[in-house]
Amino acid sequence: MDDLLQEFVAETRETLEALSGEIVAWEADPTDRARLDAIFRFVHTVKGSCGFLDLPRLAKLSHAAEDVLSDVRDGTRVPDTALVNAVLAIVDRIGEIVEAIDAGAALDHSSEDLLIAALAEDAAPTTAQGLQVTTQQRATSRTIRLNVDLLDRMMSGMSDMVLARNELARRLRDEALDPRIEASLERLSVTVAEMRDTVTRTRMQKIEALFSPLPRMVRDTAAEVGKTVALTIDGAEVELDREMIEMLRDPLVHIVRNSIDHGIESAYERRAAGKREAGRLTVSARQSGNQILIEIADDGRGIDVERIAAKALQAGLRSERELAGMTLAAKTDLIFEPGLSSRDTVTNVSGRGVGMDVVRSNIEQIGGRVQLANAPGQGLSLTIQVPLTLSIISTIVVGVDGQQFALPRQSVEEIVTLRGDAVRIDTVGDAAIATVRGERLPLVMLGRVLRLPHQAVGPLAIVGTRDGKFALGVDAVLDTEELVVKPAAPAVMSTGIYAGQTLPDSGRPMLLLDGSGIAAAAGLTFKHALALNEEEAAVAAEPGTPALLFDDLDGSRRAIVLAVVDRVETAAADAIRVSGGRTRLATGGLLVPLHHVRPLPSGQDVAVLRLTDGETEIGYAIAEPLAIVALPHEIVPAHGAGPLIGVVMIDDEPVELVDPLGLFDGEATPAARAPLCLLHGDAQGWMASFLRPALEVAGYRCVSTLAAGEQPAVALAMDDADPVAGVPVVTLRRRRDRHGEGDTSIYRYDRAALIAALADRLAAGSRR
Amino acid sequence: MTELYLIAHIAGRGVAIATTQVDSVVDIGEIVAVPCAEAAVRGLTALRSRVVTVIDTGVALGVEPMPAASTRAVITRVEGHYYAILVDSLEDVADFEPQPLSSGLALDRGWQEAGTGIVDRDGEPVLILDLAALVPSLAIAA
Repeated sequence: MDDLLQEFVAETRETLEALSGEIVAWEADPTDRARLDAIFRFVHTVKGSCGFLDLPRLAKLSHAAEDVLSDVRDGTRVPDTALVNAVLAIVDRIGEIVEAIDAGAALDHSSEDLLIAALAEDAAPTTAQGLQVTTQQRATSRTIRLNVDLLDRMMSGMSDMVLARNELARRLRDEALDPRIEASLERLSVTVAEMRDTVTRTRMQKIEALFSPLPRMVRDTAAEVGKTVALTIDGAEVELDREMIEMLRDPLVHIVRNSIDHGIESAYERRAAGKREAGRLTVSARQSGNQILIEIADDGRGIDVERIAAKALQAGLRSERELAGMTLAAKTDLIFEPGLSSRDTVTNVSGRGVGMDVVRSNIEQIGGRVQLANAPGQGLSLTIQVPLTLSIISTIVVGVDGQQFALPRQSVEEIVTLRGDAVRIDTVGDAAIATVRGERLPLVMLGRVLRLPHQAVGPLAIVGTRDGKFALGVDAVLDTEELVVKPAAPAVMSTGIYAGQTLPDSGRPMLLLDGSGIAAAAGLTFKHALALNEEEAAVAAEPGTPALLFDDLDGSRRAIVLAVVDRVETAAADAIRVSGGRTRLATGGLLVPLHHVRPLPSGQDVAVLRLTDGETEIGYAIAEPLAIVALPHEIVPAHGAGPLIGVVMIDDEPVELVDPLGLFDGEATPAARAPLCLLHGDAQGWMASFLRPALEVAGYRCVSTLAAGEQPAVALAMDDADPVAGVPVVTLRRRRDRHGEGDTSIYRYDRAALIAALADRLAAGSRR
Repeated sequence: MTELYLIAHIAGRGVAIATTQVDSVVDIGEIVAVPCAEAAVRGLTALRSRVVTVIDTGVALGVEPMPAASTRAVITRVEGHYYAILVDSLEDVADFEPQPLSSGLALDRGWQEAGTGIVDRDGEPVLILDLAALVPSLAIAA
């Protein structure tokens, strides 16, 4: 609070000084509107601050003056000399009280009521003059207000001084040194170092300045949304660059408001969840090396990741497929996407158009990062990590082709070497992929990006950019260094791969690399930050359902899931008979039903797809088989006749996908024995395209919707689908990991487990 | 009205550089390359605790690159950044009266951008070179 008071004193004093000219001018011309406004603003500001700082005397004075001035502004009162004098007397008194506060002295307040009375319309005109101004008790000020620009210049001068000292030391090192010069240099070094610390500290401010408005804000915000929140503040004494503090103000306010509005539940919900009624919010700061960590933790409901994912899908930010391939962390990070609100209703408190995306970009602008630790149902903890100052950067120095470059330490997640099994490098097409402990990252060779002679792969720096991570191959990791980084010349910056230049102690200029720039130069595109993770690997292992692409008899290009194609053969014209009202193919002593979309050309051999679902065999006459393709995930449902599942895009051409079920359906005799499996809630057709072939091979009939009177023997449902009643259900989960001990769901790519679970449920169901 | 000019040789030709553009004249030390930067940027060098961008004047003018061993340079400041403009050799500083480029004088390549006038040096016309025009700017480079 003392700091706030100091600030108030300094600010009021400053405004008063600026105002003195206005007062005199107003006195000369009371009708001058601009002057009046300036004085009004002053008393208004004082009044506002007084309420906050609990200064009742000042509040009373300023309030009275504000009322009168407001009347004058409205035109209900005419500013006569008496009024002007009375207002000026109050402004003077405000000044006196402020000085007294600063000096810590008591000030007699007997005359203040008189001052206020003098404002009244009918006040005796002499009252104001009758007051004696008490002796000024101005304390000798120990603080001054400085322009940040000046501090910046001082700071940059300081950096130059450090560099000059380094240069001097380097020059002297080359020569046989006189011990006396060495001693002087040593002293210079110590002084410069101390000086640098001091100058750096001039820009430092206690983070208290950032935290002190929080209690009030939390109280107000919580009241606004009808919640009770207990705030704990920790580490307010940590010091941070004052510019940083300014930059952090808005993000912090936003995060805290979000926490109260979205995170912390209502008292009722909290009781139901077995939590204390009052939500807990902890804001803490601590220094870690030359980083400051600010943590905002609540014990609310946390982020409902699946709902965020669903929202992203709904808003069209991500496709189903992209979401399926994302890790839990990546999905949680979706809250930082522009255009995604975690809440359905926009409240007065948050959701004013400033999203978490702005929070993150503000923090990243000052070289910081935001990290989330989400515990659904338990709370959310958000950590902001920012460097201590803006101008000195902690870097990792890497070598390529004999030249050194600096990488901001902030962007380097870790350094790994190729020794050991943890890291593997593969070439996929003409791109290289580094697999680091199971995580696949695009590999960028720094030497290649910089067009330097190619070197063998040395250590890898895992560089995190805003969009994604990649592995950066360098020849050597040399050192870590704290560097004063300055912007480089436009001709250098325009390459897009450097963030600045610096002069380390070696005296050789060094360039600071820009992680995102390198990623861009290497042609990496992080498609929506789609993390190449384990699940993505699983998807890659099943690159869509393989299907046979063929030209049908009617000239249409169609495809059929490969799993049902037993073989493709050419049937002789005389093997095709029409008997019993349908076309059949005589083969190996059997008559197989032959499906054809057009009348068969008579007397010609014809290509036939021999389809099987494990029990029944049918033939499908085609014009020509073309190729085996992977089915895309997006299937547009077909409308209209024919056994078609839908239409897919293959090589930018629409291809009709033949529904094997529809073909087999007509051959009901054996197929009816197969148990019916309901693919429940499969609106996206994922199960139909992925699971159906496997299930059919395993002897199930699969339907996405039940026809009237059909009773499935077993149902398959994703873990987020509505429950299915009256049927044994096998639940599929999208993640590889179980949600908990009791989780009986099956990872959706685990085919063997799925088939086993189906059989299990089926058996259990029939025993009932 | 006369102005002070520094007479230098670049790409075998004499040029006049307004001394108002000249911060200092130095022999630069080791140059650190800037990979991927355009050819006119020879690299970076340290000059009295300051990082200076070294410009290969020959490339900037669109003539032959300067010899790899060139070290003599004129330091100039453009938009807050310091540049070392490599030169073949330096002569002297003298007062000259700047004259407009003779009409019909067809300068080509970089000379056209950088030449702003001529001075008469004992009957020999010498091109006035604007050092700022030799510095690849962000706008041109981007």
